[in-house]
Amino acid sequence: MESSAHRHETPAKRTFIRSILASLRWTVHFEGFHMSQTLLDKVWQAHAVRTLPNGATQLLIGTHLIHEVTSPQAFGMLRDLGLRVLYPSRTFATVDHIVPTDERVEPFSDDLADAMIKALRKNCAEHGITFFDLPTGRQGIVHIVGPEQGITQPGTTIACGDSHTSTHGAFGAIAFGIGTSQVRDVLATQTMALHKPKVRRINVNGRLSPGVYAKDVILHIIRRLGVNGGLGFAYEYGGTTFDAFTQEERMTVCNMSIEGGARVGYVNPDETTFAYLQGRPYAPKGAEWDAAVTRWRATASDPGAFYDDTVTYEASTIAPTVTWGINPGQAIFIHENVPSPHEVPEKDRATAEEALAHMSLQPGRPIKGTKVDVAFLGSCTNGRLSDLQEVARHIRGRKVRAGVKAIVVPGSQGVASVAESMGLAEIFREAGFEWRGAGCSMCLGMNPDKLVGNQLCASSSNRNFKGRQGSPTGRTVLMSPLMVAAAAVTGEISDAREIFSVN
Amino acid sequence: MALEKITQVTGRGVHVPGDDLDTDRIIPARFMKCITFDGLGEFAFYDARAFAKADGQVHPFDNPRHAGAGILLSGSNFGCGSSREHAPQALYRFGIRAIVAESFAEIFFGNSITLGMPCVVMSGDNIRAVAQLIDSDPAALATVDLTGRKFSIADMDFPIAIPDHAHEALVSGKWDAIADLLEGVEAVRERAAALPYMAA
Repeated sequence: MESSAHRHETPAKRTFIRSILASLRWTVHFEGFHMSQTLLDKVWQAHAVRTLPNGATQLLIGTHLIHEVTSPQAFGMLRDLGLRVLYPSRTFATVDHIVPTDERVEPFSDDLADAMIKALRKNCAEHGITFFDLPTGRQGIVHIVGPEQGITQPGTTIACGDSHTSTHGAFGAIAFGIGTSQVRDVLATQTMALHKPKVRRINVNGRLSPGVYAKDVILHIIRRLGVNGGLGFAYEYGGTTFDAFTQEERMTVCNMSIEGGARVGYVNPDETTFAYLQGRPYAPKGAEWDAAVTRWRATASDPGAFYDDTVTYEASTIAPTVTWGINPGQAIFIHENVPSPHEVPEKDRATAEEALAHMSLQPGRPIKGTKVDVAFLGSCTNGRLSDLQEVARHIRGRKVRAGVKAIVVPGSQGVASVAESMGLAEIFREAGFEWRGAGCSMCLGMNPDKLVGNQLCASSSNRNFKGRQGSPTGRTVLMSPLMVAAAAVTGEISDAREIFSVN
Repeated sequence: MALEKITQVTGRGVHVPGDDLDTDRIIPARFMKCITFDGLGEFAFYDARAFAKADGQVHPFDNPRHAGAGILLSGSNFGCGSSREHAPQALYRFGIRAIVAESFAEIFFGNSITLGMPCVVMSGDNIRAVAQLIDSDPAALATVDLTGRKFSIADMDFPIAIPDHAHEALVSGKWDAIADLLEGVEAVRERAAALPYMAA
C-alpha cells in the first residue's frame, strides 16, 4: 500500500514522509512499550529534559538535599560563576556529618565544625533555602529527615551529595548520590547530566526468621552479588519479603545499595508507602493527596517490565549476618567461621589477607566470641525509630558489659523526641548506653565520636572500610541493631537470638 | 565556558596496588572538615602513607622515585564508597591527572571526569606489567591516549577502555557539564512546570 500510494512523489518528499511514518511507528512501538515499563523507565521519562551533545540525559532533579560537608564548595563555585539557585524551594538543608552528639551549645569546641555549620547557615539564608537547623527540632541525618518530613515522595528524582541517598528509593523515588560539582549543577540548573542505568530486579521471597532483619537481607545481597556487582545498575527490590517490610525496613535495604556498587536502589511504592507519608509536613494534603496517590501508584513497575538481570533469594535461608573484613561484601552468618584466604576466589584473596590483618581475626575460627570494645547504634542505615524500638524491647533490664562503650545516636531530632516520649531513652540509659543527640556520629567519625586505636566496634552503620570510624586502625563489624545490642551486653560478637531468647 | 580538550595525558606513572581502594582510604573523612578543596592534596592516601611509614616502608605516594607522577595505576573497583568529590580532588591536587584501573566505582568515575581527570580501564595483567616497568624505570613517561584508546610506555602500547560519553566529554572539552546544563534552563522550566510536585 505504502509504495503504491507514494509512487509518484518526488524522492525527497518520499524520504520526508517515510521519516514521518518511521517516527509514527516508533511512537506506536513506544506506546506499546509503555505498557510494561519499570519505575525507573517512567521516572526517567518524566524527568528527562533533553539529550546533551555527549549523549547524556539532562535529568530534572525534583528534590535536592544538602548538608554541611559536600555543599560549601558548591556554593563557592556558584559565586565564582555568578550563578543563583534556580529553584530554592526544591532544595532542603540539614546538618548531620559534623554535629557533636554530646554538646548542643554553639560555638562547637571544634572550630572547623563550627565554621562548616555557619557556612551552611549563611548559604541557605543567602539563597532562600529551607534549613532544618539545630534549633528547629527537625534536624538530623539528611536521609532520615527527608522521609520524616514527607519530602521524599514516590515517582520523584532526588539528589544529595552523599552516597547513601539511595535510601530514598524505598519510596519509589530515583535517588542519586552525587559529588560537589553536581551539587553545583543541581543548585544552578535543577538538573544533572546522567546516563540511564540498567535495572536488576532483586527478589526476596518468604518470611525472615525471628531475629533476622532488613540489615541482614542487604548484607546478604551484597555478600552474594559483590561490592561492585551493581556497577551500572539500579537495584529494584521486590518479592513477598519486601511487600511485607515496613517503610523503615525498605529504607535500610535501599540505603546500602551503593555498598553493592549500585548507585540507585528502589522499591515500588504501595499502600505501606502511602500510609507512611500521609499527614507528614511536606506530603500533599486534601484533594491533592488523592491525586498524588493515584499518580504514585501508576509509577510502580508494570507486570512484565523488562529487567536487564533478575536474582532471587529465599528469606528463610538468611541468618543474622556480620562482616569480618574491610568492605561490606566480606560478610558471613553469625554461626560461620572467618574464611581463610584460600577459600575465597583468587581475585579476592589479596583483599581478604589485608582484611584479616587489619581486623586481627584468625581464619577458620568462629566470628562469634570476638571481643568488642564499642557498640554503636545509629546511622542513616539503622538510626530510625523502629530500630530503637526493636532494641529497647529486648534490652530492657539488661546491662551493657563493663568495659564496653555503648552509644545510641538517634537519626534525627524527630526520632529522638518520639523515642524519649515513649521512654526508650530511659531504657537505653538504664541499660548503660549513652543517649546522644542526632547526627551521623560514629558512622564516619567526622565529629568527636570516633574509635580510639584499634578498638573493635559492633556497628549498625553501613561501612567497615579501614579508618571509617575515625581511627586509622579502628575495626568495624557491621550488623543489625539487635546484634549490636547483643554485642554490647556480652562484650563480644554474639548471636542476638541466643542472648535475647528470640524465637 | 571553554574547557581544555583532553585527548591525552602524559606523565610518570605511580602504582598503588589493591582492589576496592575506597574513598575513605583515598581521603579519610576527618580531612573533609573544610569549606574549600584547597590543600587536600597532602591528605591523599593519608592513613595508608602513615601506616607504611610506621612499618618502615614507603607508600608509592611518598616514594621519591615516583615524585611528580601524574598517572595513577590501581586495581578493581577503585574509588568505591562515598560520593565525596574530596577524593578525586585530593588526587588531582596531589598532582594526578589520569587514573588507570581495572574498574571504577560509578560516582567516583563521574566526579573525576567532571574535574577533567580521565579514568580509563586496563586489564589487571597489563596494569601489573606496567607497574613492573615503572618500578624498574620510574622516570619513564607514560601516555594515556584517549584518541587512540591506548596506554603507552617504553615503546609499548596497551589497550584501554573508557565509556563513549566520557571519552566524548573529555576530547571535546565538555567534561564539566555546567555550560550545557545552563543552556537547557528554559526547557528545564517547562519540564518542571509539568510535574505537580515541582509546581506545588
